[in-house]
Amino acid sequence: MDVSHDTLVALAKSWGLFYLIAFAVAVVIYAYRPANRARFNAAKKDILEQDDRPWR
Amino acid sequence: MVAQLTSSERQYCAVILILMVIVGVAMAALGKSDPLGVHGVIVIVYSGVLLYLVLSAFYGPEPQEDRQASYYDDPIKVGIALSMAWAVFGMFMGVWVASQLAWPNLAFDAAWSTFGRLRPTHTTGVIFGFGGNALIATSFHVVQRTSRARLAGQISPWFVLFGFNLFCLLAVSGYLIGVTQSKEYAEAEWYADLWLVIVWVVYFILYIRTLARRKEPHIYVANWYYLAFILVVAILHIVNNLAIPVSWGHAKSYTIWAGVQDAMVQWWYGHNAVAFFLTSGFLGMLYYYLPVRAGRPIFSYRLSILSFWGITFFYIWVGSHHLHYTALPHWVQNLGMTFSVMLLVPSWASAGNALLTLNGAWHKVRDDATLRFMFVAAVFYGLATFEGSFLAIRPVNSLSHYTDWTIGHVHAGALGWVALITFGSLYTLVPALWKRPAMYSATLVEVHFWLALAGTLIYVFAMWNSGIIQGLMWRTYTEDGTLTYSFVDTLVAMYPYYIARAFGGLLFLLGAIVACYNIWMTARGAPAAAVVGDGPAQSGVAPAPAE
Repeated sequence: MDVSHDTLVALAKSWGLFYLIAFAVAVVIYAYRPANRARFNAAKKDILEQDDRPWR
Repeated sequence: MVAQLTSSERQYCAVILILMVIVGVAMAALGKSDPLGVHGVIVIVYSGVLLYLVLSAFYGPEPQEDRQASYYDDPIKVGIALSMAWAVFGMFMGVWVASQLAWPNLAFDAAWSTFGRLRPTHTTGVIFGFGGNALIATSFHVVQRTSRARLAGQISPWFVLFGFNLFCLLAVSGYLIGVTQSKEYAEAEWYADLWLVIVWVVYFILYIRTLARRKEPHIYVANWYYLAFILVVAILHIVNNLAIPVSWGHAKSYTIWAGVQDAMVQWWYGHNAVAFFLTSGFLGMLYYYLPVRAGRPIFSYRLSILSFWGITFFYIWVGSHHLHYTALPHWVQNLGMTFSVMLLVPSWASAGNALLTLNGAWHKVRDDATLRFMFVAAVFYGLATFEGSFLAIRPVNSLSHYTDWTIGHVHAGALGWVALITFGSLYTLVPALWKRPAMYSATLVEVHFWLALAGTLIYVFAMWNSGIIQGLMWRTYTEDGTLTYSFVDTLVAMYPYYIARAFGGLLFLLGAIVACYNIWMTARGAPAAAVVGDGPAQSGVAPAPAE
C-alpha cells in the first residue's frame, strides 16, 4: 500500500474536518440530552457521599 | 503488603519474581560489560529484594476477613511513599542541574555528572517518578471510590506499581552510565520500553476490569481522564519507541523512524506526554479531589464532558508546533498551530469549571491550605495553557523557541499546575487513607504552600526574563547586518536569572521535603478511627478542612 503525500493532505483537509465536526456534534448531543440530566446530576453529587466501603 | 494475599497469590507473586530474576540473569549474561549487563544486575537485585519480602511472609497467616468488603488501599499507600521519594530525588537533581548552569564546576569533571546525563534524571524523576506514581496511586483510589468497587486484582496493582518503578530505575540509572535514545521524555532504551509496555497493558486491564465491576451506573468523569491517560500513553509510548536494537546483547538501539518523520513522531509523543501524562491524569485528580475537599459538586458536569472530548481530540494534533521553521511541511506546522490555539477553549473550560466550583467557598480557600493548593493549581493551569497556545503561534515561536521562555512555560505547568494539584490531592488523600482526622500539621501544609508558590513564581519570572532577553539578543543585528551579540554575551546576560532559577527550585524542593515529613508523621500518628490498614472505617475521604 503506497499512500502519496498529496492523498494524505487531501484526506486531512476534507475528512479530517468533517469527522471532527461530526464528533463535536455527537458530544454536545450526549452532554445536553435531557435524558442524561438526572444521571449527570447524580454522578456529581454521589462522589461527595463518603461511606468508604464497596457496595455489595 | 503480603499479609493481604492468600497463599496461592503469594505463590503467583513468587513465580513472577523468579521469572523476573531469570530475565535479569539473561540480560546480565547477554550484556556482559555492556550497560545492558549492568541493568541485568539491577533487575536481579530489584526482583530479588521483592522476592525476599514475599518469601519472608510466605507462611504467615492468610487474610481472614472478606476482602471484597473493603477497598484495596495498601498499593495506594506504597505508591504515595514512592511518589514522594521520587519527588525529592527528581527535584534535587533539578536544583543540581540548574546550579550547574550558573556554576559549571558543579559537574565535578566526571562523565556521569555532566549536564547532559543529569538533566534526564531530573525530567524522568519528576515526570515519571513523582508524577507517574502519584497518578497510579490516585487512580487506584479514585476508581475504587467512584465505582464503589474494590480493585479487580490482588497482585496486578503491585505488579503495576513495582513494575513501573523498575522502569524508572532502569531509565535513571541508564542515563548516568550513558544509555539514552536521545528522545526527550523517552530516553530509556528498548528493553526498558518493552518492560513498560507489559506493565502498562496490565494497568489498562486492571483499570477496565475495576470499572466493569462498578456499582455506580455512571462512570464519573475523573475516570475518563485517567483512562485517556492510560490508553493514549500506551499508544504514544509504543509508536515513538519502535526501534531495532543493535543486538540482543547491547543496550543501544536505532529508531525505525527517519529524518523529519522521526522528529514529528517524537514531538507527537513529546507534546502528548504533556497532554495525556501531565494533563489528562491530573485533571482526573482535579475533578475528584477538588469537589471532595471543597465539599461541593463540580460546577458543571456537562462542561467537564465537553472539555474532556475537546482536550482529547485537540491535543493529539498539536505536537508539530515544536517543529516550526524546520523541514516539516508547512501545512503540518499550520495544523499544529491551529489546534494549539483551539485547545485554549477546552483548557479554559476545565480551569473555569474548577474555579467556579470554588465560587461560594472562598472562605474555605482562605483557611485551608490544601484547597488553596488546588485553587492555585487551577489558576496556573489556565495561565500555562494560555501561554502554550500563544507560544505555538509561529511568529511568537520565532522569538521563544530554543530560549528559556520554553523552560519557564514548562515549569509554570509542571510546578504551578501538576505539582500543586498533586500536593493538594495527596493532602486530601493521605489522612483519609490512614484514617486520620487531618494531616499531622496544618502549619506545615501552610509552610509547604508558601514555599511552593514562592519557588514557582521566582522560577517562572526568572525564566520569562531570561528567555525573552535571550531571544531578543539572538535576533539583534548591527547596521552592517551582523549579529550584535555573541553567544557568550547572552550567557553573561542570563547569569543572574540562572541563580534565581536555582533558588526558586530550591524553595520548591524544600517544600517537598516538608511534605514528606508531614505525610510520614500523619501515617505513623495515632489513628482516629482505631482501624489501621485496609479495614473498613467510619470516616470518609473528606476530612473537615482545618478552620
